[in-house]
Amino acid sequence: MTVMINRSCIGCGACVQTCPEGALSLGPEGNAVVDPSKCTDCGKCVSVCPVAAMSLPPNAVQLEQPSEQVLEISEPVVVVETEQSGDKVWVFVEQTQTVIAPVTLELIGEATRLAKKLNTQVGVVLLGDQVEFLAQPLFEQGADKVYLIDHGVFNQYRTEAYFQAVCYLVRKYFPEILLMGATTMGRDLAGAVATDLGTGLTADCTQLDIDLDKKILLASRPAFGGNIMATILCERHRPQMASVRPKVMKALDPMVGRNGMLIREFIDIPESSIPKQILRVVHDQLDQINLAEAKIIVSGGRGIKDAAGFQLLQDLADVVGGVVGGSRGAVESGCIEAKRQVGQTGQTVGPTIYFAVGISGAIQHIVGMMHSETIVAINTNPDCEMMKMANYSMVGDAYAVIPKLIDAFRAALASRQTNDSGAVCSIVQEAF
Amino acid sequence: MHIVVCIKQVPDAAQVKIDPKTNTLDRSSAPAILNPYDAHAVQEAVNIKRLYGGRVTVLTMGPPQAKDIIRKSLELGADAGILLSDRAFAGSDTWATSYILSQGLSELRAREPIDLILCGKQAIDGDTAQVGPGIARRLNIGQLTYIQKVESVDFVERSIIVHRRVDQGYEVIQAKLPCVVTVEKEINELQYSSLPEMMRAAQYQPLVWGVNDIHAEVNNMGLNGSPTTVRKIFSPPERTGGERLTGSIDDMANQLVNVLLEKIS
Repeated sequence: MTVMINRSCIGCGACVQTCPEGALSLGPEGNAVVDPSKCTDCGKCVSVCPVAAMSLPPNAVQLEQPSEQVLEISEPVVVVETEQSGDKVWVFVEQTQTVIAPVTLELIGEATRLAKKLNTQVGVVLLGDQVEFLAQPLFEQGADKVYLIDHGVFNQYRTEAYFQAVCYLVRKYFPEILLMGATTMGRDLAGAVATDLGTGLTADCTQLDIDLDKKILLASRPAFGGNIMATILCERHRPQMASVRPKVMKALDPMVGRNGMLIREFIDIPESSIPKQILRVVHDQLDQINLAEAKIIVSGGRGIKDAAGFQLLQDLADVVGGVVGGSRGAVESGCIEAKRQVGQTGQTVGPTIYFAVGISGAIQHIVGMMHSETIVAINTNPDCEMMKMANYSMVGDAYAVIPKLIDAFRAALASRQTNDSGAVCSIVQEAF
Repeated sequence: MHIVVCIKQVPDAAQVKIDPKTNTLDRSSAPAILNPYDAHAVQEAVNIKRLYGGRVTVLTMGPPQAKDIIRKSLELGADAGILLSDRAFAGSDTWATSYILSQGLSELRAREPIDLILCGKQAIDGDTAQVGPGIARRLNIGQLTYIQKVESVDFVERSIIVHRRVDQGYEVIQAKLPCVVTVEKEINELQYSSLPEMMRAAQYQPLVWGVNDIHAEVNNMGLNGSPTTVRKIFSPPERTGGERLTGSIDDMANQLVNVLLEKIS
């Protein structure tokens, strides 16, 4: 008698870690295999398998009820006891030419929430060239301590300089948790830091929490193209690292006048030791579509079949002051540039209004826009995912609906402007 | 000149189906493919080889069937491929994976010096973008991530000039060789394979190296050697439905404008 494993096994290893008998292992093809001589049909693996790949033979008798606690890690947790009141939750401050990235403030907000659960405080790592003045706004956003290393070598972000400084501070002050934005800079840095420190890193998280019993970070992220969510632990190594998607966490309202402790540190990194030089930064005009920061996005999917359709979306975007985005389907059909893609392999957005026009709502797209404040879906298929999740949905053909919407918004916005600006504006309009 | 490209076999995420009853993945529905970003990395290595001369080796870690993506890389113009395959590798997270790959690279380097290492910017199954930086740190060389163009390579002066994507444009960076470059899809167009390349690829048998061949420490790999563990896997948060507008198109347009107008500045 032995547990059966079917082809849907994804080799995640959850069952291997759960099996009390050590009967499961990952086989040469990466999938789980069972040693029939050890398997007792206890069924623990069946309840933890995320893809329902495991089943017990029909006549097995010892089936246990699937437990709520999904996985019990048998290894002892080796955590060095540290002082209670320290600042054990850290955030890396992403700044470019002394402008702090929005994701940093979002992470300080989230770190504050995590720190409360751990009865500790929030520290932030600030690296740069003449950036000490940024400490005050960081205190006001919720940072309790700012670890500053001010050095010319940090004028522009380069992995080789930044990772050394972050690792130096971590080795000196032992934070429990270290968070970075899942941005171009944060993802570049996090991988280098985690490798050097020999610790675990969970990328692109969309949920963070604390296991109050074990005092450890629960880092959750979409996996397999966003089809499932996985909660990842780093139990035996410190700090527990996570990169977090922008626009997912909430920044605190600034507390004007709030103070904290500034710790000035020093590390000598000679310019000659950095194996690269940034020759110049090109601000490409064509690349200035900042979907991530847009307040209104009008996105098209496979339902928009041609350039004329996307021109309609552009017209709507122009009227409401938004930018045009698209799903992977729209990018693949060549209707729209890749840099406008919203979703798992494109950009994560968080606008006030997201128009999803002709987008059915594949999970890969949804993970990129699910944090939009208001979602409007327009689709011929009333039953597709996007129509179900939208705050407002309209069944209809985009080519018929969008021109009407453009007219309605134009009329409403024009009349609002007239009312707001009073007589002067009316006179101007009459002059037209 | 020796260019090594690290590649990964992944399920084609676009074709993964979800069982509507259990809300779980049906992996058997998805064919295994060469990670799309890695395909562009192989193409870029081949483009560099055609401009400057040299050899392209691809390196992957995976089960025996990962030989398929080595053959695919040969179709694109790579010269040789090595598969790192061992039961001890199974279950490795990104930290352990970068360890195994860098051990493989060190072994390869001992036989033939490496001038440049290319990777895709991330794999489409995990999307972590961690293995490239991990390899660079373990080999203690520079890393250039999110590269959208290789402007020039100077194998005599041992330097490379690349365009790195950042939020508002791109950085032009000059870096010393060897280094790790991870690439965006925009870096090149995949070329069609020639018939001789396809025939050679079909018959190609890559070298297969196990733990002992790369002098790796088993404590640093597999489930036990990985700092991260999966606690649980669950369905994405439930999405709540909203309001379905009704009436003529004009009616619906007006209703929508009424509710959205105050949100538009």
